[in-house]
Amino acid sequence: MTFTAIDAWWWPYLFILVAGWLATDFWRFLGVYLGGRISEDSQLIVLVRCIATALVAAVIANLVLFPSGALAATPPLLRAAAGLTGFAAYLASGKSVPVGIVAGEAVLGAGLLLA
Amino acid sequence: MQHVELARSGREERRAVWFRRGVLAAFSIPGLILVSAFVGFAGLARDAGLTLAQAVFMTGVVWALPGKVVLVGAILSGNGLPAAALAVALSSVRLAPMVVALTPEMRTPRTPAWVLYALSHFVAVTSWVLAMQQFRHVPRSMRTTYYAGLGATLVLVNMGVVAVVFAIAGRLPPAVSAALFFLTPMYFLTSLWGSARERAGQVAMVLGLVLGPVFHLLLPEFDLLAAGLVAGLAAFAIHLSAARRGGV
Repeated sequence: MTFTAIDAWWWPYLFILVAGWLATDFWRFLGVYLGGRISEDSQLIVLVRCIATALVAAVIANLVLFPSGALAATPPLLRAAAGLTGFAAYLASGKSVPVGIVAGEAVLGAGLLLA
Repeated sequence: MQHVELARSGREERRAVWFRRGVLAAFSIPGLILVSAFVGFAGLARDAGLTLAQAVFMTGVVWALPGKVVLVGAILSGNGLPAAALAVALSSVRLAPMVVALTPEMRTPRTPAWVLYALSHFVAVTSWVLAMQQFRHVPRSMRTTYYAGLGATLVLVNMGVVAVVFAIAGRLPPAVSAALFFLTPMYFLTSLWGSARERAGQVAMVLGLVLGPVFHLLLPEFDLLAAGLVAGLAAFAIHLSAARRGGV
């Protein structure tokens, strides 16, 4: 039952609705329903945040190390170097997201121009 | 009679003003950063083999970017529907406490429940941060109106951004496309670190970065779930043992 499992126009939309919409709006609606009954600082919420952060980080690392399309044609070492430089620039600039993004993209761009 | 009519039209005018202010609040630095992230997402979705309509549809119905990136990651890995849904759900649990924090800020005794449920769909990091910052300058009775303007604008603008970028991405030189696809990892690599509330979040991020590729090679069908659960639980265990040693 993968995204391309059924060859019908509606299957990808159903896939997105179930795996995307249902899986996210369920939590939003639960949040409204629960109202003030859970605290931002409870240990359960810390665990939830840890798993969510790790999941997104796993996707990010896979996108850098095993990309598809145009990024796949670039050297893996260059991508890793660009990511690390961008992250270092982000920390050095007092956690500025734009500075981090621009620095990472600059390293990637410079590497591609020189290659 | 006339008095009541006048009061009503005055209130509606006031609503229009606050709706407009919400719309304008979307055009800000956080809003601009979000647009750059959606530029990257459009490239990512195109690369994963989605059509333009599917990418725009996903932007509208899922909205939160981490959930969408996990969903596209699951599609790229060839995950089945249950594994993909579970991975997206696990990456989106955080929306519940965000909504729990936001809802009391904009609720009045007369706010209908359906308004709160409908508005909760707009909750994602950027609109949430903007709303929590701006709400103290917004009269309580106007906050749902203000948030409707802000949230709807962010969603619609970024659906447009995804459509436009998706349409032109195929005609870009390879180096520009590569830079475009690199926006998503760069955006999350930086913003994820900053949004971590406690040390545990940063530990989880580093472990996830390492375990993602490891499980991609070991368990390609369930790579995201495995990496998220193992890295998240390990970070939480470290957090608990540090709290026990440091506190009490």
